[in-house]
Amino acid sequence: MTDPHSGSAAPRRRTAFAEGAEQLRAAATTEPGRLRIIGALLALLVVAFGAVTAWQTSERAAAADDVIERSQPLTSDAAAIYVSLADANTAAASGFLAEGQEPPAVRDRYEDDIATAARKLTTAAANSKGSGTASAEIAKLNALLPEYAERIETARTYNRQGLPLGGAYLRNANDLMQTEMLPAAKELYDAEKERLGADYDAAKSYPWAAIALGLLALAALVWAQRRNYRRTNRVFNLGLVTATGTAAAVLLWLLAGHTLAFTALGDSYDHGIRSLNVLNDARISTLQARSNENLTLVARGAVTVPDDGRPNAGQDKYDVDYRARMRELGDGGVDRAGMGTLGEALHHADDETGRAPVEKAMAAVEEWQQRHEAAREADTQGDYEKALDRVIGDDDATGESFDRADKALEEAVEHEQQDFRGAAEDGRGAMTGLPVGAAAVAVLGAAGAVLGIGRRLSEYR
Amino acid sequence: MTRKQRSALRGWGGVATMALACVLTALFTLLPLSRSGPEGPIGTGGPGLGVTRPAAADNCTPESAVRSLRPSKDEGATVKEIKERKDKPNKLIVGVDQNSYRWGYRNPSTGDLEGFDIDLVRAIADALLGDPDAVVYRAVPTNQRVQAIESGQVDMVVRTMTITCERLKEVAFSTAYFETGQQLLVPNDSEIKGYDASLKGKRLCTATGSTAESELERQSFGADVSTKVPNQLDCLVRLQLGEVDAVVTDSALAAGQAAQDPTVKLVGEPFTTEYYGVAMSKESPDLVRRVNQVLVDYRESDWGKAYEKWLADDLKNVDGPPKPKYRED
Repeated sequence: MTDPHSGSAAPRRRTAFAEGAEQLRAAATTEPGRLRIIGALLALLVVAFGAVTAWQTSERAAAADDVIERSQPLTSDAAAIYVSLADANTAAASGFLAEGQEPPAVRDRYEDDIATAARKLTTAAANSKGSGTASAEIAKLNALLPEYAERIETARTYNRQGLPLGGAYLRNANDLMQTEMLPAAKELYDAEKERLGADYDAAKSYPWAAIALGLLALAALVWAQRRNYRRTNRVFNLGLVTATGTAAAVLLWLLAGHTLAFTALGDSYDHGIRSLNVLNDARISTLQARSNENLTLVARGAVTVPDDGRPNAGQDKYDVDYRARMRELGDGGVDRAGMGTLGEALHHADDETGRAPVEKAMAAVEEWQQRHEAAREADTQGDYEKALDRVIGDDDATGESFDRADKALEEAVEHEQQDFRGAAEDGRGAMTGLPVGAAAVAVLGAAGAVLGIGRRLSEYR
Repeated sequence: MTRKQRSALRGWGGVATMALACVLTALFTLLPLSRSGPEGPIGTGGPGLGVTRPAAADNCTPESAVRSLRPSKDEGATVKEIKERKDKPNKLIVGVDQNSYRWGYRNPSTGDLEGFDIDLVRAIADALLGDPDAVVYRAVPTNQRVQAIESGQVDMVVRTMTITCERLKEVAFSTAYFETGQQLLVPNDSEIKGYDASLKGKRLCTATGSTAESELERQSFGADVSTKVPNQLDCLVRLQLGEVDAVVTDSALAAGQAAQDPTVKLVGEPFTTEYYGVAMSKESPDLVRRVNQVLVDYRESDWGKAYEKWLADDLKNVDGPPKPKYRED
């Protein structure tokens, strides 16, 4: 040690320690002294067990609380940002296709999406302090959102004047959305999902320290009673029996409570979160497929996949993208190979009410694909008006199928959200009272141990 | 039957099917030809026979490329076929652009196609079928123009299509109906004066795969040419957003851009010379001659009207239609 004071302090401490040790050694030579030491150790063990249990369970309860009140809402907010951005882009392209004035419903949808994205970004910013990725992506999205909205407005203005420049602006805004904003929104969503996973892990981790201490306290209590029995032939010491009972009760409560919480949280993840993840992915794919379908008609063949040996070279870029999005949704089956996000959602849905909307979405997507083929055929035949009618018209248009798929997926998300909440709250509830209860009961147990030993001690007076 | 025999049989079935397909293709492509009179290239096979016609001219030059077949007033076999065909009889099927302002574009407020190219299409339909509205318009993307003609999807393409030796290997062109050249489009207060040293350090925008792109690769006067976009109109967006200082495209399309934004203008002289022509199938020389006759008449007065209506505001210094040039044969 380099501290100059420690040289003189150390010997004095050693003297005090040696003194204490000598006293203890002296006490250990007599039975009352030994009993005092045993009593103190037992009380200490039981109290420590109670304290560690209270600490570890309250930590897990707090993590479960975080899952329900913080990270899951933040994850679903991030998903909402992602979805509303994609939805805004889809609505902007839809409005563009309508000849003349944009239909008010489409315009409202776009406005709502932009407002939702802006609002959720604000809440996300307030709640994501300290998380590097999340903050960076939020800042990026906050900067890009007004720029995107401005380009859409410019596109609308030119379009109202009947100038093709409007379409070029719309495609430019779409590029901004596809290449910068949606990837940023996805990063944010992934970061929130990661945090949710970490909270889950914290809530589900086994309270090993508390369990070990509980077993140790029980073993010590059993040993003390056995020693007692050997020396006095007395079977029961009320104080020690009480201490043993309470310690056992706390240990059982801890095990049962944690197992229940573990199972319920696991359920909420498997049936809630996992479904929500694939459903959100499916919604994004649906929205993206729809924007690409719209943009195919907005661009009118102006944008093709570059002719440099890439697959699909020379084909309409937006139609190629549409097909890629549809592939993400799957082929309508639940086989591993082509199940896609919709098939996976169906696989994760655990009851009829969960499956019904997913099945509805699958049927709508299948119908959409068939109608899309008809629309594309009309378009490649040069019948633009017919193609337009098949995409945004009133009768049997792809837009109708898309709306149905989107609604069904929204419904499915709501259902899974409830599933998640129910199971997660059960999990959190399983640990209710455990921290306080464990502490109180442990104090009771410690008192029992002290009283029990005191009863024996009094026999030496 | 053993597996080997079965697969052998299937193999022969495949060959037979292909052979049948070849015969059918040959029949369908040759049948119209057999009725195409003295001008019909009888004996030249369709694609089904795998016989390729010799290139229009192996020693093609930009000078010779613009020479087309002599005009004719006769209604050839192709026009008769158009009048009588089962699918879309009495309608001219034409590939057009929907995105080129002032040339061929769909007016969003009416849903109708309009522009200089569209006026020409109407004149051709009027002359061939007696009705300017007897047209089925098909929007063809730039890189599908040649294929649309070769596959017979369209009777002709009128879509700001430049006559080049490369394209003449696959399609036939009418005489030139418009002269254009690569030019610079800049903001009104720009320091850029044209395709010259004033480009040094400036950011230029071109469409991928365009003539402008290859010309700038040859000589860029120290400009930054890294901005390449899918469509020439995207360049105007980049210019307005301040991402580039000038757009390089042909003057005809640049005029369409300038018409959408009063704060930009064309500067300098065109530094290339290109001609637009009506593209048709190489198998229908009678149609090429007929369209060339329509163009002879069109140049007289309607050309000027269309120019005044669509282009005059933004594309000055045009003396009139290019003079037709014909081949010797």
